[in-house]
Amino acid sequence: MTMTLTETGVDRYVVEFDHFLRDLAVAGPERIEKLRHTAFERFVELGFPTVRDEQWRFTNVAPIARAELRLDSTPAEVTDKDLAPFDYEGCAQLVVVNGQFVPERSRLEGLPEGVVACGLADALERHPEQIESHLARYARVEEQAFVALNTAFLRDGVFLYVPRNVVVEKPVNIVMVGRPEDRPIGFFPRNLFVAEESSQVTLVEQYVTVGEGSYLCSPVTEVVTGDNAVIDHYKLQRETSEAFHTATFQIQLGRDSNFSSHSISWGGAIVRNDVNAVLEGEGAEATLNGLYMVEGTQLVDNHMRVDHVAPHCDSHELYKGILEGSARAVFSGLIHVHPGAQKTDAKQTNRNLLMSPDALCNSHPQLEIFADDVKCTHGSTVGQLDDTAVFYLRSRGIGEDAARSLLTYAFASDIVDRIKVGSVKRDLEEFLFRRLPKGDIVRQAV
Amino acid sequence: MTMLEIKDLHASAEGMEILKGVDLSINPGEVHAIMGPNGSGKSTLAQVLAGNEVYEVTDGQILYKGQDLLEMAPEERAREGVFMAFQYPVEIPGVSNVYFLKAALNAIRTHRDLDEMDAMDFLTYVREKMKLVKMDEALLNRPVNEGFSGGEKKRNEIFHMAVLDPVLAVLDETDSGLDIDALKVVADGVNTLRNDERAFLVITHYQRLLNYIVPDFVHVLVDGKIVRSGDKELALELEEKGYAWLEREVGASEPVGV
Ligand SMILES: Nc1ncnc2c1ncn2[C@@H]1O[C@H](COP(=O)(O)OP(=O)(O)OP(=O)(O)O)[C@@H](O)[C@H]1O
Ligand SMILES: [Mg+2]
Repeated sequence: MTMTLTETGVDRYVVEFDHFLRDLAVAGPERIEKLRHTAFERFVELGFPTVRDEQWRFTNVAPIARAELRLDSTPAEVTDKDLAPFDYEGCAQLVVVNGQFVPERSRLEGLPEGVVACGLADALERHPEQIESHLARYARVEEQAFVALNTAFLRDGVFLYVPRNVVVEKPVNIVMVGRPEDRPIGFFPRNLFVAEESSQVTLVEQYVTVGEGSYLCSPVTEVVTGDNAVIDHYKLQRETSEAFHTATFQIQLGRDSNFSSHSISWGGAIVRNDVNAVLEGEGAEATLNGLYMVEGTQLVDNHMRVDHVAPHCDSHELYKGILEGSARAVFSGLIHVHPGAQKTDAKQTNRNLLMSPDALCNSHPQLEIFADDVKCTHGSTVGQLDDTAVFYLRSRGIGEDAARSLLTYAFASDIVDRIKVGSVKRDLEEFLFRRLPKGDIVRQAV
Repeated sequence: MTMLEIKDLHASAEGMEILKGVDLSINPGEVHAIMGPNGSGKSTLAQVLAGNEVYEVTDGQILYKGQDLLEMAPEERAREGVFMAFQYPVEIPGVSNVYFLKAALNAIRTHRDLDEMDAMDFLTYVREKMKLVKMDEALLNRPVNEGFSGGEKKRNEIFHMAVLDPVLAVLDETDSGLDIDALKVVADGVNTLRNDERAFLVITHYQRLLNYIVPDFVHVLVDGKIVRSGDKELALELEEKGYAWLEREVGASEPVGV
């Protein structure tokens, strides 16, 4: 269904790909070397998705396809001062700039013994067994153009490995910086997080911009949650409103594992999050929550797919959105219960608050159930603030703007309150206080 | 000076006329009770006084302290001292009861050229008011009305009233559904706040409340009009006879089917 690249488009990407391979410092294991080529071929076949593609019906990535992105950009500099707003005290820190890991800006001391936290390029050389077992084993190159593109240009990103029984107390803060250049650039961070049996770790991914300008950041992150492992993950999409962001987040859940993620989006011009969770071990539990707040002409698209493969697994999804101006939001949530996945308990909710008559939301929860003893619920709402509630607050002396802001904050608060990493919660709160009219009153009142 | 002067008030919602010419004057220090059958327009009157835009005022006038009340936004009315306890208080998940009240009180104080209260002073002040309505401290830190029982919600309204210190308090069936202990708490709250400057408009379905809050005047609202006014004896009469005789009387003296 997708349009193949135009001849000139293909030519450009072929040239970029050649340059990329020429400059590639670490090719990695043979499988990866080959994979780049097959992935590139696949990308050329698929082309960028168009709105005729069912999965991209409401998200037009033509601006990305049209942008003459340079894909072989040189490593860019960032200073500690640039990073200060994203530097979370008490956290280990890994910094990636335009897709390349920057050890000088990273802070890795104090991690428990055996934990590996490094650039993916390093891992290609130094941890071939993990790379062989897990890298590019889960994300779907065949079907997803952006995964194919990312895999073709696979070079660097973050590798995190937590051995068996190890509990990482400090959250790991991954700062993915976009550093725009004179011409639009594209980069493809590739991350692999592996938590072995009965280990535990908290991860924060911040996607940020230092400077101004347009670019494409198209990461693929594969997460392996081992048996009985616990991962608490946060993603903050806070890039400039000129940035394009197309991310794939692929999570494999082992037996009795517990994976929880909160994905917060307020940045970017076009943001697409593909989140795929595969519950393959019995008794696994996945929590996938999100909050998006967009304005102007921003578009945010959260595409969720949860595969219940094994029996006795739970999944909970709660995504909430606040749309202002002419902003657009897309939510697509598929829960697919495989044959044999009995006693599945899956719940999915998407709620949207439209703050302006020009804002638009397309919400599509879907269930595909091939087992008979399951509990699956889904629901989605698109609405406005409750006039009675606004009036109630005003009748106590609160001004109209403040009343509306308070209720908007309250709408978001059940996501805010679930965030366990203090710095993430504080940054989100501060963002809301800044964004909402009369935010100072909200700050006092919550 | 008259505090509140309602003249020939007509109000409608969704194109249907609900209030069909209400006249009412309230002076400082007075307690007025409004009684009336279901659907007679009692809550509509309260909501119009507080400024709910769902109701369209099609005719008439309301003067409050000499100002045109209908020209004022709901929050301005509140800041000028109008308080309405809702018949059905609204649950506001995610907004803490106590912080919300602090924001409300400070909005009112700023309007009155008073300094904002800081957290410490506010807490002391709030504790005092809590005692007045025997509010459980736990309800202070919960989101506004969320998960409160019916009685707790009504008590919370009286608590808000006590904190916000209004000039004119309109209580819309704050007694409905309460057991006798809770009813006494509500009545005590009102009686403690009763003074020469403050006025109350107490809307109730049941005469029982008026044993505890003794009104200066009782009005009966039937089909959007005050059909009878009197003193507290009128409430006792209603208790005995019900509303039917008044409705019949009104019906008889007016052309049917207007
Ligand atoms: N927002 C509204 N939209 C449409 N009709 C309304 C609205 N509010 C009230 N009404 C109608 O107006 C009439 C009066 O309602 P109101 O709530 O004022 O009565 P009430 O005297 O308070 O009744 P109750 O004793 O049951 O509280 C009723 O017929 C009601 O259905
Ligand atoms: Mg009523």
